[in-house]
Amino acid sequence: MTVVGLTGDEAIAYAVKQSNVDVVAAYPITPQTIIVERFSKYVADGEVKTGYVCVESEHSALSACVGASLTGARVFTATASQGLALMHEILYITSGLRCPIVMGVANRALSAPINIHGDHSDMMGSRDSGWVQIYAENAQEAYDWTLLAFKIAEDRGVQLPVSVNLDGFIISHCMEGVDVLEDQNVNRFLQTRKPLFTVDPEKPITIGALCFTDYYFEFKRQQVEAMRNVPEALARTCKEYRGMSGRNYDVLEGYGMEDAEAAVVCLGSTAGTAREVARKLRKQDKKVGVLKLWLYRPFPTEEVRAALGRVKALAVFDKAISFGAEYSALCSDVVTAVHTLKEQPKIFNVVYGLGGRDIQPSEIELVFNQALEAAKTGILKEKTVFLGVRE
Amino acid sequence: MTTTEKPGWKSLPMGGVVTEPGSALKYKTGDWRAFRPLVDRGKCVNCLLCWIYCPDSAIIRHEKWVEVNYDYCKGCGICAHECPTKAIEMVEEQK
Repeated sequence: MTVVGLTGDEAIAYAVKQSNVDVVAAYPITPQTIIVERFSKYVADGEVKTGYVCVESEHSALSACVGASLTGARVFTATASQGLALMHEILYITSGLRCPIVMGVANRALSAPINIHGDHSDMMGSRDSGWVQIYAENAQEAYDWTLLAFKIAEDRGVQLPVSVNLDGFIISHCMEGVDVLEDQNVNRFLQTRKPLFTVDPEKPITIGALCFTDYYFEFKRQQVEAMRNVPEALARTCKEYRGMSGRNYDVLEGYGMEDAEAAVVCLGSTAGTAREVARKLRKQDKKVGVLKLWLYRPFPTEEVRAALGRVKALAVFDKAISFGAEYSALCSDVVTAVHTLKEQPKIFNVVYGLGGRDIQPSEIELVFNQALEAAKTGILKEKTVFLGVRE
Repeated sequence: MTTTEKPGWKSLPMGGVVTEPGSALKYKTGDWRAFRPLVDRGKCVNCLLCWIYCPDSAIIRHEKWVEVNYDYCKGCGICAHECPTKAIEMVEEQK
């Protein structure tokens, strides 16, 4: 076991270094910059053989990645916020052309007003772009999921791009002890990418052909099937990884969910804080639980339903707003997942942390108590709580 | 255009990849045409400017004149525009 001090961004760069990536094309943007900065140092120092393409924008970065991926290369990029927004049209091209690119996203708020701090507005705005979305809770998870992401993306039945999301600054810039694997173990785990198609003058193919009314729909249906294949590929990959690393990963992770009456559902670093609060409340004999989703797209509907089957009240934490919608993204998906349950839990949406505003344990405790109250009385006071906003 | 006789998503190559080279020949774009070029062989001097300019390679060369390949001619009219002897006339397609 080798534990090194790494920030979340550095942990991802380290994982990419070990993944024998053929091409990286990226453009710096806070709070992602350190990922590609550290990686460019590995390139400059000759520690990796990766082709590093300097480009003039994120739109070009992902476009170059798509071109490289179509030749059969293993490709990585990273971005955040406005950069992800600028990539938007290429996100759909990446998934549509079935490029298993892995992208680190250090989640950050979107302008305006301009802000550089962490929330999930960037990736939530891209949730229908056909990318697999994974959210890491800390630097260790960011490292592990980056390695796992290549294997899941390149799985024969998947062949989809995967984003590894980490909360801007909270994870991206926070240094933690990260247990890293030996290079040869990563090599054995990932091996070389085996593309389904490659660019070969001896066997010419056409990529990106025009598809009108008579074919387009069929290719979108293929993408649906690829998404459906993700959970099985993820389970298989995580099992193999467990054997090598001793660390357990899955589509989600519960704390106290066996007997919880009130629970919090969330993504990323907030799960750690929520778990601490839940631990404290359980010592006071309050039956609370935390459900953290590692996988957000495809949404693990069955697993969420199974985990929430016995819960009476639920607070779903969204670090983004879906303007004009009844609930924000995660809450909307959770409501969809549980709507067929015989006994419906009382669900309310907690919108929090926008523009990187800190969430305090005391605030989460307040939400737990609201949920416990709703579990007891069966009455919801509010459908959406804007936690920590000034009136 | 009927869509039921074409292959479904299960049998199509992933991501819209066309695995067979030269398959564009199977796509008869002639049915896009609104105007049909008609060649007057009496006026044609076989200069081949139409053959050079045709963006769809739809001009067929003969010994003394040219002919249009209506399987691929989209009716753009460039040939008629370029013809120095006005040997090509664009005639509206009949429905």
